[in-house]
Amino acid sequence: MALAAASGRRAPPRGAVVPLATIALLEVAAFLFLGREDYTFAAPHDIVLALGRALADGSLPAATAQTLSCVLAGLAVGFALGVMAGVALGLTPLLDRLTMVSVELLRPVPPAALIPLMLLIAGFGFQMETTIVAFTTLWPTLVLSRAAIRAVEPGLIEVARALEMGTLRRALAIVVPSALLRLFVAFRLTAGIALTVAVVVEVVANPRGLGYGMIVAAQTLHPETALAYLVWIGLLGWGLNALLSRIEARFLDRFR
Amino acid sequence: MARYETIDRLFWFAASLGFAAALLLIWEGAVHAGLVRPLFFPAPSRIWAALVHGVVDGSMLSDTVVTVSRTLGGWLAASLVGAALGALIGLSRRANAYLGSTLEALRPLPPASLVPIFVAVFGYSEQMVMAIIAFGALWPCLLSTVSGFRAVEPRLYEVARVLGMGRPSVLFRIALPSALPEIFAGMRVGLTVSLILVVVGEMLGSRPGLGLSILLAQRSFQSPDLFAGIAVLGLIGFLTATLLNAVESRLLFWR
Repeated sequence: MALAAASGRRAPPRGAVVPLATIALLEVAAFLFLGREDYTFAAPHDIVLALGRALADGSLPAATAQTLSCVLAGLAVGFALGVMAGVALGLTPLLDRLTMVSVELLRPVPPAALIPLMLLIAGFGFQMETTIVAFTTLWPTLVLSRAAIRAVEPGLIEVARALEMGTLRRALAIVVPSALLRLFVAFRLTAGIALTVAVVVEVVANPRGLGYGMIVAAQTLHPETALAYLVWIGLLGWGLNALLSRIEARFLDRFR
Repeated sequence: MARYETIDRLFWFAASLGFAAALLLIWEGAVHAGLVRPLFFPAPSRIWAALVHGVVDGSMLSDTVVTVSRTLGGWLAASLVGAALGALIGLSRRANAYLGSTLEALRPLPPASLVPIFVAVFGYSEQMVMAIIAFGALWPCLLSTVSGFRAVEPRLYEVARVLGMGRPSVLFRIALPSALPEIFAGMRVGLTVSLILVVVGEMLGSRPGLGLSILLAQRSFQSPDLFAGIAVLGLIGFLTATLLNAVESRLLFWR
């Protein structure tokens, strides 16, 4: 909710009415109906106070660093592998046709199903979470970058062929630069997926990061802290998306 | 020409099936040669044996039925509610002005971060699992329905006004058909999300199903069972997505 209010400041005033009214309503409802000892919900002002406390005592920044390190490392590996595979499949139709069944069968495996497998192989910690994030981001990156390569102006590829460029040079000099913007959009989309999956892994199994901090707060009967974590995760997702959108817009300006 | 294309497609499908089989054979060989640890990556033949065993003794079948019905039930309910709410918001200029920025701000919120809240509200129960799935699958459908209705060509509305069409026929004959592709896109994302969340919910809530059975397989180091469960989950994802695509191309035949 606080998240919506934060974005409402720049939006036209009518957009801010609903979030502000919701917060006010929740505050009133909490005052009227919430007992002193409620272990499920908390009043908005308590959530804000809990957010301030968790930020001040260092627990929230530490958990954020743990989650973000897995998100960034997993995204780096998954995106790099996905782009390489996507470019390879986009440029060589033969390879694309041969790997069709394998890709289509591996792609829909839900990332949550990999949690037990990675627990078995790597145990708790950075490695298992990063691997799952990488696996999850690999497939959408592959599909999106393959589509980006296919959308490259065929005339350009003919030029490259007329210039007798090798496959590698053709990929690096012609195809990747002209698909760059689409690749960036793919990056922004998969970054959101990476954050989601990292939080899933922490909520289900991995005893570190924001998801774990949230579930511990809920289970030790501190709903205001759990909800503060929720607001923080929302802010993080929103901030990540806003940052990448801004970079994307600047990028678009330069290339047009 | 058409027949030639069909044969061509069948040929490449068979070839890529052969490629996948070759990968499995390499994996099998690597296990027997001692290159990978069978505890982590058991031989495909043992995974297949575990799968057959699970189907014969019925446990895999009942787990699959439970997990599939949870996924589809939660997803369909969420899609219906999401599309209806999205239509209400997308069709009304006023609702758009008041809710648009809020919805956009909520879009990047990871649905899984709400799991602990649902656990606190519902406890470790069936309702918790269903609530997680339904809520997670609701958002993608709602958001893309709103943008689908917002993107309807305004001239179509003008045509409808000239023709004197009533509100219901404007909705069903003009707005809905042109928003349908976006609604389907949202439903497709929702399906992926609900398959993730059903596994999460079953693991956290200890509800019988494929999610719980792969977690138990891991705890007892039965890696063939674990891989068999993952394979079935992947297959469910593949089949449901294929089915949705087929329904979409049937419904959107004019595209």
